[in-house]
Amino acid sequence: MGRSLLRRASATLDRWPVLRQLAGEDPDRAAAASDRTRELRPRTDETRTVASVCPYCAVGCGTAVHVREGRVVDVEGDPRSPINQGTLCPKGADIFQYAVNPNRLTTTLYRAPRGTRWERVSLAWAMERIADRLQDTRDRTWTAADREGRPLRHTTAVGMLGGAALDNEENYLIKKLCVGLGVIGVENQARI
Amino acid sequence: MTAPGHAGVAHGVRAWDRHDAGAAEQAQQTSGTAITPGRAYGFFTDTTLCIGCKACEVACKQWNQLPSDGFALSGHSYDNTRALGATTWRHVSFIEQFDGERFETGAGATEQWADPAHRWLLLSDVCKHCVEAPCLEACPTGAILRTEFDTVYVQQDVCNGCGYCVPACPFGVVEVDRQRDGKAHKCTLCYDRLKGGLEPACAKACPTDSIQFGPVDELRERAKLRVMELRGRGVPAYLYGTPGVLENEADTSRLRGLNCSFLLIDRPEVYNLPPEPRRPSDNTAPGLLASGLAAAGLVAAALLAFWSER
Amino acid sequence: MGSNFAECHPVGFRFVMLAREKGAEVIHVDPRFTRTSACATKYAQIRAGTDIAFLGAIIRHILESEQWRTDPFFQDYVRHYTNAATLIEEDFRDVADLGGLFSGWRQDYYCPDTWQYAGMQRVLNLADRQEEICRLKTTQSWGMHAGRTVGGPPRRDESMQHPRCVLQILRRHFAPYTADEAARICGVPAERIVDIADTLLRNSGRDRTSSVAYAVGWTQHTTGPQMIACSAILQLLLGNIGRPGGGIQPLRGHATIQGSTDIPTLYDLLPGYLHMPTHLPIDVGLDTYVWNEGGATGVWAHTRSYMVSLLKSYYGEHATAENEFGYQWLPRIHRDFSHMPMFVDMHAGRMEGFILMGQNPAVGGPNARFHREALGRLKWLVVRDLFLTESATFWERAPEVQAGEVRPEDIETEVFVLPAASVLEKDGSFTNTHRLIQWHHSAVEPPGEARSDAWFVVHLGRRLKARAAGSAAERDAGLRALTWDYPVHGPLEEPDMDYVLREINGYRWPDDPARREPLETALHLADDGSTACGCWIYCGVHPGTNRAASREPDDYVSPGWGFAWPNNIRLLYNRCSADPSGQPWSPHKKYVWWDERERRWVGADVPDFPPDKPPDAPGDPSLGGLEGFAGDWPFVMKPDGRAWLFFPNGMKDGPMPTHYEPWETPVENPLYAAHGRNPETRIWEVAGNAYHGIGDPRFPFVLTTYRLTEHHTGGGMTRWNSWLAELQPEAFVELSPELAGALKIANGGWVTVVTARGRAPARALVTRRLRPLRVMGREIHQVGMPWHFGYEGLVRGSAANELVALVGEPNVTIHEGKVLTCNLVAGRDGAAERPGAP
Repeated sequence: MGRSLLRRASATLDRWPVLRQLAGEDPDRAAAASDRTRELRPRTDETRTVASVCPYCAVGCGTAVHVREGRVVDVEGDPRSPINQGTLCPKGADIFQYAVNPNRLTTTLYRAPRGTRWERVSLAWAMERIADRLQDTRDRTWTAADREGRPLRHTTAVGMLGGAALDNEENYLIKKLCVGLGVIGVENQARI
Repeated sequence: MTAPGHAGVAHGVRAWDRHDAGAAEQAQQTSGTAITPGRAYGFFTDTTLCIGCKACEVACKQWNQLPSDGFALSGHSYDNTRALGATTWRHVSFIEQFDGERFETGAGATEQWADPAHRWLLLSDVCKHCVEAPCLEACPTGAILRTEFDTVYVQQDVCNGCGYCVPACPFGVVEVDRQRDGKAHKCTLCYDRLKGGLEPACAKACPTDSIQFGPVDELRERAKLRVMELRGRGVPAYLYGTPGVLENEADTSRLRGLNCSFLLIDRPEVYNLPPEPRRPSDNTAPGLLASGLAAAGLVAAALLAFWSER
Repeated sequence: MGSNFAECHPVGFRFVMLAREKGAEVIHVDPRFTRTSACATKYAQIRAGTDIAFLGAIIRHILESEQWRTDPFFQDYVRHYTNAATLIEEDFRDVADLGGLFSGWRQDYYCPDTWQYAGMQRVLNLADRQEEICRLKTTQSWGMHAGRTVGGPPRRDESMQHPRCVLQILRRHFAPYTADEAARICGVPAERIVDIADTLLRNSGRDRTSSVAYAVGWTQHTTGPQMIACSAILQLLLGNIGRPGGGIQPLRGHATIQGSTDIPTLYDLLPGYLHMPTHLPIDVGLDTYVWNEGGATGVWAHTRSYMVSLLKSYYGEHATAENEFGYQWLPRIHRDFSHMPMFVDMHAGRMEGFILMGQNPAVGGPNARFHREALGRLKWLVVRDLFLTESATFWERAPEVQAGEVRPEDIETEVFVLPAASVLEKDGSFTNTHRLIQWHHSAVEPPGEARSDAWFVVHLGRRLKARAAGSAAERDAGLRALTWDYPVHGPLEEPDMDYVLREINGYRWPDDPARREPLETALHLADDGSTACGCWIYCGVHPGTNRAASREPDDYVSPGWGFAWPNNIRLLYNRCSADPSGQPWSPHKKYVWWDERERRWVGADVPDFPPDKPPDAPGDPSLGGLEGFAGDWPFVMKPDGRAWLFFPNGMKDGPMPTHYEPWETPVENPLYAAHGRNPETRIWEVAGNAYHGIGDPRFPFVLTTYRLTEHHTGGGMTRWNSWLAELQPEAFVELSPELAGALKIANGGWVTVVTARGRAPARALVTRRLRPLRVMGREIHQVGMPWHFGYEGLVRGSAANELVALVGEPNVTIHEGKVLTCNLVAGRDGAAERPGAP
């Protein structure tokens, strides 16, 4: 018992960097490394790497997203990209924090007319209610033709804004749905 | 030449396996150098290529998961982090030099960016990883070590926060974080990344290669060529951190040079760098003494623990 | 010019710095000395909004220079590849003759009859009078030019000496733009303008090319498109279009702002730059739409194929030849309903519902308070974003609410906030500023109730289609016919975005959704309903494999990295990189050329030209399409195959760029006294949007707004990120020490910027990077303010958009955010206490 404890204590002292430096292992200072130091590895080891694109400006830098167990652990420039060749600007270097951020919205919120606070509601409830609102407004304000009988087939009482920060496929779906609904008020950041 | 428009038809690459490409080869790809233990590595920061974007600051914070320093406008040009410290290991300085009255000159002999009458000097500062590092010499616990890449590294599990390294550093780089963990922090030259064959985060991110990573000997050669080229263009460039080599009035010989060197075009003080960096005291080795005392104390403590456990 | 390249596109600037270090000149012309100026080899500080005067002086200097007039390269390029030799109508009158107006002015709009090529006319195929179309004032360029050009072929004078040929008209037009006159207007010393002109001339030619980069520093002006057109004239005169290292680079500001124009979420466009039909007789049916929309020659000659294929992808089996492929289900536009007029409608209570997806008009819209008031007059509002933005919380946190001027209890709007997925959490593609489509793969699941915007749209569409399923109402016919069977996957039921991209790419009809036969190129699009294609210019992006996801770089053009529309062409109009005979202009600038042995165009890129049309092929416009193009007509989008130095149609505010003063300006226009500002400017005389007069003594200073590297747009993607927030933590105003001294404003102290729209207290950043300018013998002070801030997020501050007016450019109705006038008051105005301040 005592021997094993002594052994343990001396083993600990053996690894203690100062003693090893004093013991003459200097100047090979690497010898003073602690276990943690010796085992240090980049946290991107043993991760899955997913090819992505920076969501900020339109230069279109390629990014490498490192994922472990369903969580993003690191985002860097994709060295293969002929555009950025692994580099990024400060915003691109901050993509990790853009996605992994305690300030992000993760729940659906609702504010009633003339309300003074947010209420938490379910996503499904909100979706149903939004569909109600959209259908009601659109049906009530539908204009088939102008006073001279020229076709309009639209409503100007509903609008949508955004798109330059979305995906091409999302923009395609938005415009298609708006054409189907007769909503002509669709705009995005390209206009401002 | 590939047939354009057809060569690109390819797989919907979903993900790539980093081990296929070989993580150790990534530095080769991003910095043109392989990383081999036993060789000295560092940065060469060419201030004439800096665009002041601060990608290095953010890439550093991201990789090292450092907290922000707080949200205060300094009023000092575009520099709001102000200095290197425990939570800022890369720091971009903005030096506005506008002596001329108006931007009125016609065909100037000098390139605008180097015109001493109208210029905005930009520099990304970092730990110099001195060849003879005063912080390491001052450290009584052995927390600060020189790695197999000849960089200077503070081992967080060993550091006891005594703070001896802080006044030892002639550049004000290392700082003890009294708010968080009470330990000394500074640039690690991404020691973890080097071990995995990855270029340090700041140098990898730098979009204009103002920050160049590589073996110190190769960087010095590159730096010399760059200085000569700029001088040929009429820009009074010189190096900082390469004792005896194109250093002009700067002199870093007391530290036997810096593994992280700089190319400057104005006096060192302008960039907040000491012209002749030196140890607080060049004639003692207090660190070693302190280490000895601390060692004795710790042996005593260990024995005490042993006895009381028994 | 018009771009702060280093700050706003730092990684793109990587290549500028590489070029500088290889000896290239980097010239920056900007109202502020920025980080871009700090890296340039030449810099000029210009008064905001005077870019056409500056460029005009450069054009004049070049046209009059011995080098330009005698170098055969410039003469050959311009003669063959532009309309310089083409003659213009006799009745055309320039601005110099009419005090600032071109011929064709009709009270408040132009009719372009006199701007046509001599002997040619624009005609309509129906009863619409041109006048009515001009009056429509949509943002569609053919809003005034619908129809086709008939007559011709255009008359030319190959010597380019005829007084009515374009080159001579251009020379006369820019004659008043001397370097001295431009110096008076712009505040830039004349010798600097001449030096920059000479530098451009020296760096253009057979062996060298120069490139122009601009951004919203040009677009956000009441003369924005004309500034860009002016740079196009300059670049064409210098032979810098369609050649490697040349061109005009629009540096766009959002990840897919290019894509959202190509596949538009815009009121006036359908995918692939097809116009939304109007209610006028020109668009009454598919045939008339196609006749007016497409030309007889050039790529647009196949408009019917593009439109019918789009309708097939919208309406599937319901689109048949018998029902004009569903054309009659398309909604019609009847006026300008772009961003600003839409918010004017909303402000007037004429809108009920609004859906925001990743846009934040409460601080990002010009005249921000007007935008917030408008949102408060909606019945319902949906906000989808990653963070709780100002547009979601305007009813409780806006400055006017915090100041007690508005009570939440009085705001009727019902607000739904739905968390959105980030780029890391969804599949999809972005189109970058270089038309390059790149796919991003989902890396992780979105957190909590966050979903992609595709999820929102697809599931909303499912609900609405289900409700319309049993409806017999005529208004629901198009909705019922809309194909909406989008497959979803996983527990979150996220839509399959690869499937959507395949629909955009196009496929053959009849269709088996499980095994779609993809199209490989837009050349295969048919006008008989046998093809479906969601966006004709994107055809080829997914010919069975997702080329947007292709990541095979090389060390030059990298055709294997992503997919560039159209047809993976990386450099548009690259036929210009060879001389008229098809050979490279110089070995150094070799790019695409005619291989006589193979009898085809070859080179580093896909030729942007019929691949086997020899350079000496004669032109015969009667053949239609590209068939009748001559072998030296490189501009395949133009009906006459040549680039336009003079615009017979397409621009509403004149056939040549003209210096007009900004809408709000401290000085009169010395060139055109009677019409000093763009006569076609769009203005809204509504409450809360008062304008300043010319030289308004209440607002003596010039204000420009801008971005910083450390933030993005209105801050919605950066002010919640601590690592960026700490780098630029507060709103500030940049001003010169001279102005600060006169107004007793201290660096770091408070200053309040005031306009007739609002007040914006912020911290003062006193810097010699801003200098007082000498303009028309007066001293003019310019100040700058970044527009990233707002009242939410980790870091807050006044939104610069509190100050900006709703005032629009006539071609595209973009606001003038880059120049306005203002006043400065030292201190932090009590009434405008900065919300959220410590």
